Amino acid sequence: MASPTTSDTQAPNSFRAGPDDHGFFGLYGGRFVAETLMPLILELEQAYEAAKNDAGFQAELRDLLEHYGGRPSPLYFAERLTEHLKGAKIYFKRDELNHTGSHKINNCLGQIQLARRMGKTRIIAETGAGQHGVAVATVCARFGLPCEIYMGATDVARQSPNVARMHMLGAKVHSVTSGAGTLKDSMNEALRDWVTNVRDTYYIIGTAAGPHPYPAMVRDFQAVIGNEVRKQMQEREGRLPDTLVAAIGGGSNAIGLFYPFLDDKSVKIYGVEAAGHGIDVPNGHNASMTGGRPGVLHGNRTYLIQDEDGQILEGHSISAGLDYPGVGPEHSWLKDTGRVSYVPITDKEALDAFQLCAKLEGIIPALEPSHALAYVQKLAPTLPKDDLLVMNMCGRGDKDVFAVAGYLGMKI
Amino acid sequence: MPSQTPPQTRIDRCFAALKREGRPAFVTFVTAGDPDYETSKAILLGLPEAGADVIEIGMPFSDPMADGPAVQASSLRALQAGQTMKRTLQLVREFRAKDNLTPIILMGYYNPIYVYPSAAFLDEARDSGVDGMIVVDVPPEADEELCLPAMERGLSFIRLATPTTDDKRLPAVLANTSGFVYYVSITGITGAAAPVVSDVRAQVARIKRSTPLPVVVGFGVRTPEQAKTLADCADGVVVGSALVEAIRTTLGPDGKAGPDTISSVHRIVQNLAAGLRGAASRV
Repeated sequence: MASPTTSDTQAPNSFRAGPDDHGFFGLYGGRFVAETLMPLILELEQAYEAAKNDAGFQAELRDLLEHYGGRPSPLYFAERLTEHLKGAKIYFKRDELNHTGSHKINNCLGQIQLARRMGKTRIIAETGAGQHGVAVATVCARFGLPCEIYMGATDVARQSPNVARMHMLGAKVHSVTSGAGTLKDSMNEALRDWVTNVRDTYYIIGTAAGPHPYPAMVRDFQAVIGNEVRKQMQEREGRLPDTLVAAIGGGSNAIGLFYPFLDDKSVKIYGVEAAGHGIDVPNGHNASMTGGRPGVLHGNRTYLIQDEDGQILEGHSISAGLDYPGVGPEHSWLKDTGRVSYVPITDKEALDAFQLCAKLEGIIPALEPSHALAYVQKLAPTLPKDDLLVMNMCGRGDKDVFAVAGYLGMKI
Repeated sequence: MPSQTPPQTRIDRCFAALKREGRPAFVTFVTAGDPDYETSKAILLGLPEAGADVIEIGMPFSDPMADGPAVQASSLRALQAGQTMKRTLQLVREFRAKDNLTPIILMGYYNPIYVYPSAAFLDEARDSGVDGMIVVDVPPEADEELCLPAMERGLSFIRLATPTTDDKRLPAVLANTSGFVYYVSITGITGAAAPVVSDVRAQVARIKRSTPLPVVVGFGVRTPEQAKTLADCADGVVVGSALVEAIRTTLGPDGKAGPDTISSVHRIVQNLAAGLRGAASRV
């Protein structure tokens, strides 16, 4: 039996039916973890299924999202950017206005409720940009649970405002020095903690990746983004959007926006990957679907940046949140089926978009959605004026101002 | 034992012989190509004489999530010295040319096998003289991916059982396991905290009630005394982190193998083997 290397690319009847009972989206996903963790993963799956179908759990979560998280987030017509680009009518989904400054709080409120329901008494998490780490530290403070965050040493340096926030919220931050000291390494270290403290500890994974049920669970908690856009766009324009654009690291904000629209054939969907120094620069980017191939890491099969021997590469992105050599398995499947187009954007293009957005719209975006913005800059002028385009502004740029000032040579 | 069918594999023959001798198996782990190919080969070739009954060879991986700092560093040293899966299989072939008795188990993570790809890897592993494999991140739920194809080729797929493997799950873990069962004595990573002997004794007894296979104990075993105590509750013990630590501490200032690198690993193995045999140290 040869190992499959590409999935069956035939279009399914629905793009919203996955994963299957074993956690697979076609070839991708699954539960590739050590035996110590297997019983936990199976228990988590059962607990999540029960919570999902529990009206009380869902009502409590809705209440928290509204009164603590600040949902719904606005759908904002970016008038000056639209005029500037002379094409599609551009809307921003303002998830950067959420409590803690990004979409990450949506998932953390869901998972902390689940952890409490399962009787877990200690929380761990990995973080790249620190947006997930801050959101985890926040919900742990809110519910009085001890919290330890693993963050790569490189990211600790380039996202220092978020490190300070985590400390102030009472979290312990471990600076991870293995590898390149980025998101991949922090996830390895969080998994090592979990396998050691398996009985009392709940691991809040922040992206739509990892072993089943995490990819599906994170997607479900983030789908509030797309569900709101559906409703808000009906109210504003009386119809569905035509085009969706979101940045992809692991892909949680993107799958949250995309998922409710996957079966609406008229909606064109674009995921924007980090091309770093350029797709042609060896180990110089983290566009795993544009420049990688399928493999197994961190509990799931998915597109990975790797060498010929199956060693995972560090890659590069200016954005700590996109600096990850893998991607959520559902995105890998959506790529192979052709439902979503995945496109690369370089560091430089993202920096240009960051500045354009700040000056035209008075919104300082995080470097992650700056990648999505950069693609909007390319795409919008090619679209008709009545094309309704929604870009997910998934995080605010406060955390990035010092790093960006450094890249631009500004004196502060 | 005239009533039994003759054991088929090197692993089965090895455990049957040890049973006749009435002593536990000493399983050693080192990483292929650590700190370089030639030194690694010399370490491996000397292990049986130093007292190793079974040899586990780590397949280096960039992201060894179940391993502690010692094995992580060992994996990185090997990769930096240019070790690849092809060279790991070559290392086994070179070992086999000189030793056709000692069982060899490849241990590692799925990705380098998956991209090889799996079928070609299994064919070449069998042809190189590999007897079995432990792939940490392929659980029984994914048996059709790697375990069953390995069994079809006569390779043992050795499963890890852990303190979290409860009675409900144990049959699934044991179902397609062959060769022996590797009991992970702690919840944690390799080379971490020392196991609690009474817990290990109870758990190994529980596993042995469900399988006729030998059960060996690993993760956190360092000293001859500890090895002896744990071996009394099981059919063997695995030592790995202590050996790769010996490689690290004998490297020269340039990070390359030092004059004592090979001999220090063999000396530790001799001490542990002597401890396991309940005898005084030979060194």
